[in-house]
Amino acid sequence: MSEHSGEPHVSNRFYVVIALILAVLTAMEVMVFYVEALSPVLLPILLVLMAVKFALVAMFFMHLRFDSRVLTGIFGWCLFLAAGIILALLAVFGKFTT
Amino acid sequence: MAETTVNQATGAHEEGTWSGGVWSWLTTVDHKRIAVLYFVAGFIFLLVAGMEGQMIRLQLAKPESRLLDPDFYNQMFTMHGTTMVFFAGMPLIIAFFNFVVPLQIGARDVAFPRLNAFSFWVFLFAGLFLYASFFFGGAPDGGWFAYMPLTGSQYSPRTGMDFYVLALLLSGVGTIAGGVNFLVTILNLRAPGMGLMRMPLFTWMAFVVSALILLAFPPFTIGLVFMMFDRMFGTLFFNAAAGADPLLWQHLFWVFGHPEVYILVLPAFGVVSDVIPTFSKKPLFGYPVVVFSGILIAFLGFGVWVHHMFSTGLGPIVNAVFGGATMLIAIPTGIKIFNWIATMWGGAIRFKTPMLFAIGLVGTFVIGGLSGVMHSSPPSDLQQTDTYFVVAHFHYVLIGGTVFGLFSGLYYWFPKVTGRMLSEKLGAAHFWLTFLALNVTFFPMHFSGLLGMPRRTFTYAEGLGLETFNLISTIGAFIFTLSFVPLVLALWRAWRRGEPAGPNPWDAATLEWTMSSPPPHYNFAVIPQVESRDSLWHPHIDPGHVPGAGDAEPGGVTPRLQPDPAPEPVHMPNPSFWPLILALGMLVVTIGALIGLRVVIPGVLLMFVGLYGWAFEPVEG
Amino acid sequence: MHGPTSTGIPTRKLGMWTFIGSECMLFGTLISTFLIYRGRNVVGPYPEELLNIPFITVTTFVLLMSSLMMVLALAAVQRGQRVGSMLWLFMTALFGLIFLTGQYIEFSHFVHEGLGLSRNLFSSTFFVLTGTHGAHVAGGVIWLGTLCILSLRGRLPPERAETVEIAGLYWHFVDVVWIVLFTIIYLLQ
Repeated sequence: MSEHSGEPHVSNRFYVVIALILAVLTAMEVMVFYVEALSPVLLPILLVLMAVKFALVAMFFMHLRFDSRVLTGIFGWCLFLAAGIILALLAVFGKFTT
Repeated sequence: MAETTVNQATGAHEEGTWSGGVWSWLTTVDHKRIAVLYFVAGFIFLLVAGMEGQMIRLQLAKPESRLLDPDFYNQMFTMHGTTMVFFAGMPLIIAFFNFVVPLQIGARDVAFPRLNAFSFWVFLFAGLFLYASFFFGGAPDGGWFAYMPLTGSQYSPRTGMDFYVLALLLSGVGTIAGGVNFLVTILNLRAPGMGLMRMPLFTWMAFVVSALILLAFPPFTIGLVFMMFDRMFGTLFFNAAAGADPLLWQHLFWVFGHPEVYILVLPAFGVVSDVIPTFSKKPLFGYPVVVFSGILIAFLGFGVWVHHMFSTGLGPIVNAVFGGATMLIAIPTGIKIFNWIATMWGGAIRFKTPMLFAIGLVGTFVIGGLSGVMHSSPPSDLQQTDTYFVVAHFHYVLIGGTVFGLFSGLYYWFPKVTGRMLSEKLGAAHFWLTFLALNVTFFPMHFSGLLGMPRRTFTYAEGLGLETFNLISTIGAFIFTLSFVPLVLALWRAWRRGEPAGPNPWDAATLEWTMSSPPPHYNFAVIPQVESRDSLWHPHIDPGHVPGAGDAEPGGVTPRLQPDPAPEPVHMPNPSFWPLILALGMLVVTIGALIGLRVVIPGVLLMFVGLYGWAFEPVEG
Repeated sequence: MHGPTSTGIPTRKLGMWTFIGSECMLFGTLISTFLIYRGRNVVGPYPEELLNIPFITVTTFVLLMSSLMMVLALAAVQRGQRVGSMLWLFMTALFGLIFLTGQYIEFSHFVHEGLGLSRNLFSSTFFVLTGTHGAHVAGGVIWLGTLCILSLRGRLPPERAETVEIAGLYWHFVDVVWIVLFTIIYLLQ
């Protein structure tokens, strides 16, 4: 069916670079948290940083970038549905109205 | 990897497939045997839960009855619902998944045979554990949906609800494992040429239902964990005094509970979508539309849970959104109904027992579906909620849908499982009695419900106009009990001296009918090459794939059989008792949760023994 | 069960991914509950008094780096580097263990400050949410430790790399969940 290769053709150096990026992003998250001036936009910034880290791990460490798209589909749909349920529950409990 | 090589000498598969002592059943990883285990256990739970329903009806036969005391009545309706949903309905469905899915897709077993055995043992132990509650301080009595805070330790101080929480946590593990197993099986083990859009509808619905299980059970698991922690460790998840909102339980329960309804009914739709074409001698009308409407029902099913909670006062916007989404579900469901009718239209219909139940489903499910649309509208739901109207609705859906579908499947695949036919006469009697019982029992409940008779109340006063309706319902329940007589008789007679079935007694189109009945334990001697949706109805098909493999009559309308014996040795996984050990360990841990660490710790150790034994057993599976 | 699969994906790997999909809903429900009950505490201690960001940043970093160790372990196994496989698997498990120790220290600090499991809604949701994650980490540590011993005995040749890959998928997922929890629990107070 879909093209797929189990073993990604990337070097250890590549993984180290990804890990470094992740470490830097984490440091940025914590810094953003402590900067008073950013507090009005704290939520969107942190959510974006979180999403980027999440995507980096999923794409490169979990090899979704190199693997069958069926797997990305499964994970993506489950994430979509989980996010949907979270948002729907928060909405029903009035977390977005006040 | 040590693997057994199938003994090819024997042609009599009836021996090879089902024979063997107790040990062979305890260690089996064969999907067909596991199917039988699931079926037998599920059927016994069905009978037990049926008797509990009968008790409810006995109590309600006349007003002010004192036949059961209120406390026992609460236990009866709680156990009736819980058992029917988790320990009868789902296992019976999974029994059919187990037997049929690998055969329909051209596979020799499921993706994870040992995990499959594990799922069964966990379900069985959970069911037995739940029923042990009767001997240790009384059964659960908080309703099958166990609303907090009624089921918290303050209002339910007895251990009954602990049994409920723990049994469902335990069985949930097995169910989720089953969901993984069938999803992967259907995705990965299809025979060459068996594209997704060539799969029989039953397999399609098994696929959709597996996805539903995987997505719907975790929220319920978490809800149960919260309830367990609240009851056992004094956490505050549902404690209003601490600022919590007890309604959270209802949300978590119904986020699971509504998809659960489709988990129960979609497999029945799958059965009917296979049975109707077979007995109409016509391919399913609008196959892709039927597939996609099934997927759509499942998807929408996640966005409608609040319709179980309209009366909790969530406000007009929430109610309107969820009410609208609920009404949408009627569309794909209606599409299916019309496709079934269109399949029968102009077909050469044979009214065999599977077909009777299938047509019965088409009719009665519409009644249940329509009353469902009625209470998707919040204002009308406020009148109907928690009355017998709702009881009437979901019994029409669950009996008219799930049970009719399962019986249709039973009569349809029984010849494949056993190699014997079930009596058509007894089958017809069974169908008409069931059909009669369903309508006599539950149709009057529409009226008693609209008159305001509340659910889960152990009696009702005289002079409210409820007596006649209730008496009729109770008579219907007796007919229900009676309706099992022809079924049991038919099973017994088939067992004793059933007419041999042959590979394809119904002249059906799908792959499970290409091999002998019962199938050899490796299923397919040669993995078939699939070239069309209705393999056995097309002249060019060649399921045998091997030259000279059981060539049938010229023209090929009569199915080409699988070669027998297998031309090459077939490698099958070894039996294993580690799944049973792991499940036993989990049972001990569950029991320990009621007793204390001195039982939990040995249980955990036993689990590790099972896990490591499993992991290092020299076989793949 | 051999032979090519219909999707081309190894069956056990597909199984792990479907399980991970299911776990998304599990943690999704826990996160929903945590967020719904945020700020509804009736009694203290309150989260802002107790959450120690610098400390948890360190353990977060450790867990993040364990993911790096994991991919290096997998790469070593695939290349048949026995010492490397063993070393990286050991490091992954060790980093997981350090994270768990950090969690233990954090939990006992909370309890010491009067924030027991059933003190208020924050403690109930916090302990069950992070505890569920911690249980997943603990399971992963045992799994990785087992693999480490296997590789020590030379029983993880390149042909069995899939076994390590699957453990890795689980481990990375547990890490990804923590990425979300770190933001939601600690940074978005």
